[in-house]
Amino acid sequence: MKAIVNVYLKNGVLDSQGKAVQHALTHHGFESVKDVRVGKQIIIEMEETDAAAAREKVGHMCEELLANTVIEDYEIEIQA
Amino acid sequence: MKVGIVQFPGTNCEYDTQYAFQALGCETRILWHKEEVIPEGTDLVVVAGGFSYGDYLRSGAIAKMSPIMKALKGYADQGGKVLGICNGFQVLTESGLLPGALKRNEGLHFISRHHHLKVLSNANPFLRRCNTGDVVNIPIAHHDGNYYIDAEGLKELYANDQVLLQYTDASGNIDNPNGSVDAIAGICNKNKNVFGLMPHPERAMEALLGSDDGRAMLEGFLDA
Repeated sequence: MKAIVNVYLKNGVLDSQGKAVQHALTHHGFESVKDVRVGKQIIIEMEETDAAAAREKVGHMCEELLANTVIEDYEIEIQA
Repeated sequence: MKVGIVQFPGTNCEYDTQYAFQALGCETRILWHKEEVIPEGTDLVVVAGGFSYGDYLRSGAIAKMSPIMKALKGYADQGGKVLGICNGFQVLTESGLLPGALKRNEGLHFISRHHHLKVLSNANPFLRRCNTGDVVNIPIAHHDGNYYIDAEGLKELYANDQVLLQYTDASGNIDNPNGSVDAIAGICNKNKNVFGLMPHPERAMEALLGSDDGRAMLEGFLDA
């Protein structure tokens, strides 16, 4: 199975990179941009064949290493 | 006094740290991250600065999984003194030995220059040779030094006298280079045996090189 993990700064934690990108976009004429957030995506190939088991394991990975839950939130997507 | 200095792949301040503590008359030993025990009789473990694992994923994130970190946690739990400088501070917050987290600098630039710091508390084994209100001149060199802690955590830090150092100008007025909450540059844990700061006292040991204000800071550990 494949797990796709998206990690973002939590709401309320200032995303300086997102603000810089937003600023640049606005200055390049994309004036409809209201907000930009920069995160990271981690793609994991796994031996698991059961989606629920894979999700649980990736949840542990996020808590232990992939995200710093003091400042970041994460989302997990499991693909067959 | 015996000082152990932790070295990960990518650490680059271990020899400066060694120089600093040897200048204070300490016996030093570099501890490779694969070591599983802190040597008997170690009085202080310093997690030195640098770019452990290239700062991949997040600064300090991968280093916290190294074998020596388990030993270091055990050492700290028994009251052993630990000091994290720069990347070492990031490793200690990532591993949960210190509260909060270090984010990318607010201005997104890597900042490398001397900066003034004000001592907010000296009621701990680290800064006891400094006076509260002292302003010291210490180099900073970091990209991810923007200290974050939520409002509740911040309250707790102040309540327990855990905020040790704040970024200021030469007169002691707040001057925040990186966006840190309350311009915090250094903290300790509740038990006051684990310390972390972004600035580099080990690079401020010789007046000839710009400042020797780091001496009084590191000398605090000698009194133990």
